[in-house]
Amino acid sequence: MSKGKKDDVTGQSTTGHSWDGIEELNTPLPRWWLWTLYLCIFWGILYTIAYPAWPMVSGATKGVLGWSTRANVAADIKDHEGKNADLVTALLATDMDALPADPDLNRYATARGGAVFRANCSQCHGSGAAGAKGYPNLLDDDWLWGGEMADIEYTVRHGIRNDQDGDARYSQMPAFGEMLNRAEIAAVVEHVVSLSNAEYDAELAATGATLFADNCAACHGETGLGDRAQGAPNLADAIWLYGGDRATLTDTVTNARFGVMPAWGPRLTEADVRAVSAYVHGLGGGE
Amino acid sequence: MNYFKLVILALVALVAAMGVNWAHDLAYQVHAFLIMTVAAGMFVWILRGIDEPVATTAPATGYADEVIRAGVIATAFWGIAGFLVGTFIAFQLAFPELNFDWGQPFTNFGRLRPLHTSAVIFAFGGNALICTSFYVVQRTSSVRLFGGNLSWFVFWGYQLFIVLAATGYLLGATQSKEYAEPEWYVDIWLTIVWVAYLVVFLGTIFKRRERHIYVANWFYLSFIITVAMLHIVNNLSIPVSFWGSKSVQVFSGVQDAMTQWWYGHNAVGFFLTAGFLGMMYYFVPKQANRPVYSYKLSIIHFWSLIFLYIWAGPHHLHYTALPDWAATLGMVFSIVLWMPSWGGMINGLMTLQGAWDKLRTDPVLRMFVISLGFYGMSTFEGPMMSIRAVNSLSHYTDWTIGHVHSGALGWNGMITFGALYFLTPKLWGREKMHSMSAISWHFWLATIGIVLYAASMWVTGIMEGLMWREVDDQGFLVNSFADTVAAKFPMYVVRGIGGVLYLSGALIMVWNMWMTIRGAKPVTTALPSNATPAE
Repeated sequence: MSKGKKDDVTGQSTTGHSWDGIEELNTPLPRWWLWTLYLCIFWGILYTIAYPAWPMVSGATKGVLGWSTRANVAADIKDHEGKNADLVTALLATDMDALPADPDLNRYATARGGAVFRANCSQCHGSGAAGAKGYPNLLDDDWLWGGEMADIEYTVRHGIRNDQDGDARYSQMPAFGEMLNRAEIAAVVEHVVSLSNAEYDAELAATGATLFADNCAACHGETGLGDRAQGAPNLADAIWLYGGDRATLTDTVTNARFGVMPAWGPRLTEADVRAVSAYVHGLGGGE
Repeated sequence: MNYFKLVILALVALVAAMGVNWAHDLAYQVHAFLIMTVAAGMFVWILRGIDEPVATTAPATGYADEVIRAGVIATAFWGIAGFLVGTFIAFQLAFPELNFDWGQPFTNFGRLRPLHTSAVIFAFGGNALICTSFYVVQRTSSVRLFGGNLSWFVFWGYQLFIVLAATGYLLGATQSKEYAEPEWYVDIWLTIVWVAYLVVFLGTIFKRRERHIYVANWFYLSFIITVAMLHIVNNLSIPVSFWGSKSVQVFSGVQDAMTQWWYGHNAVGFFLTAGFLGMMYYFVPKQANRPVYSYKLSIIHFWSLIFLYIWAGPHHLHYTALPDWAATLGMVFSIVLWMPSWGGMINGLMTLQGAWDKLRTDPVLRMFVISLGFYGMSTFEGPMMSIRAVNSLSHYTDWTIGHVHSGALGWNGMITFGALYFLTPKLWGREKMHSMSAISWHFWLATIGIVLYAASMWVTGIMEGLMWREVDDQGFLVNSFADTVAAKFPMYVVRGIGGVLYLSGALIMVWNMWMTIRGAKPVTTALPSNATPAE
């Protein structure tokens, strides 16, 4: 390449070309740059010898370290399982009702159940288990299907109103919009409002009381205290799954509700089912 | 020729009209209507001009700068659009209520997010690359753009691609491949436009009147050719129906993922790196008025960069179904890529030897320098994040988002702003920009905006990475996903504020460009068309 003129600032010569006034200096490659590049290449060669890297005709080189992501994760899981093996055996063998009396095992079950809950249950019930509209709060003692350890374990294992598990808890409230007229529904709603001692229209509620006795009491009970055997909510405790205002109640009575929970038995391990039941039971509302 | 055009346009309008009638989905219908209107409009326009006496037979002389002027305006326009959407979706993440019920499903985060990424990368960045490459290739080849009105076809065709892509996202047409969301017919259109772009660029190089091809043009050319290859391979798909937008990918499973990230990473490598290095190699020496630091470095780092980049894609798929060997290679090539990437930064920064004092007085040069600074930072951060152990912490976290934005806002954004400040006075024959202090304001607003953005994303990214992997002493996860989302809120607000600052700076730039173009009188001695004799 023909040498151009010398650049006064750097003392380098230019290459002799000029594009739209732009010239180029003949500066050699910066040494540190070149050596760092060589170093990276050298390291790259070593690394690809050490780790699985080069594709061959069938399969790829395995690397002299025998490293593999799958083997690593399997080893990690095995490690944890090994550490907790005794506790898992004990958890699988224990009578669930006796669990709270065994502090070590209970601590393990609660820690494990909490992790299961955060990964699988928090999407609906909230990471703090406080629930949301349509998803029950698991911190209080208002249980739809029962709050004893065995009840909770059954609910977790089989779920509610799902199609996958024949033993799922099941009940269905009729949509009263097809059976009662609007005035009647308004009266029933007024009666339901009166049950939790909110302000209400006494005359309308009295009409509603008769309708309630005829249509609702079979499941929710004469006094509206509900029936856990069929998941009929207590209507007198001012705790509402979907809302206790008149508009929401009218919607509920007219169209009914059909909350579904998946069966976790097939998705979780036996130990996980037991652990998450213990965790939910221990949240504060367990009976 | 005109009759040929009329036949083509009539056919396109007819098929589009059928598309409007038989469309299977809303996006296709709207697009068919749009194409029908454009084709019919052009049909009438050409028909009216037919057999009219040709106004001038004299061949156009000087540089073809009209299309570059249009490109400068389009770059600024799409920049504002992209930054605006980006800032809005940043606040949507902080305040989900901004996914307004009345705007569903068109304005939810999921549809606005590709609108933002495509608007900034392809509309803002793409227009910047096309218009600067047209400018640079003419100047450094001392020749007028090849192909006559073909460059106008590239410009308008590209704008049509942007409109089809953007409206498609809002209407729900997407093939769900990051940075390659547009559906099959939009992809085909872009292919046609891109080939025309290649013809214009390569044609200009072929008829150059300089003996050697300038380094900027190597980079531009590698960008155009590689993007064509990436675009075609990654978008191989079979439409479900000719009358619908939905298509099915040819590849599936991990092959599809690998193809996607081979494309995705090289969209970064060739669109946002090689192409923009082409800009850098022209505008930095021009603005500094100094020779390029090292010709040798430019050769070595060019060839090593384009050779290595193409293999680095698998680092996006660490710890997935991708085999370990492919991930290893992706990581190794990414790390070896570190020095070739830095070669561009060294060549840019060291070109300022003897001109460092200009940084005090020239805010445009300051923009180029900080863009090179961010370029160096993100091309160090990238190889580092490709290391498997680092990636196991950073992957899927906001750290990645911060990394992309320090590159995009810092490197691509700043260098484009600098180029626009360089080009606007030259293309409209003004002595300089309307306001130098406004450029300084833009510089500082944008810089602080980027710092807020990147810093908040480092904090929140590393935090959520640590929270996700946090286990108690019995090996159980401590945090639920929702806990990590809640913990990120303050950093999301900071990021949004960073976006507001960056957007404000860009708005000041648009005002400044407007005042320059509309304001001061032309300087007759520096008209661009006769600055250098050409043809």
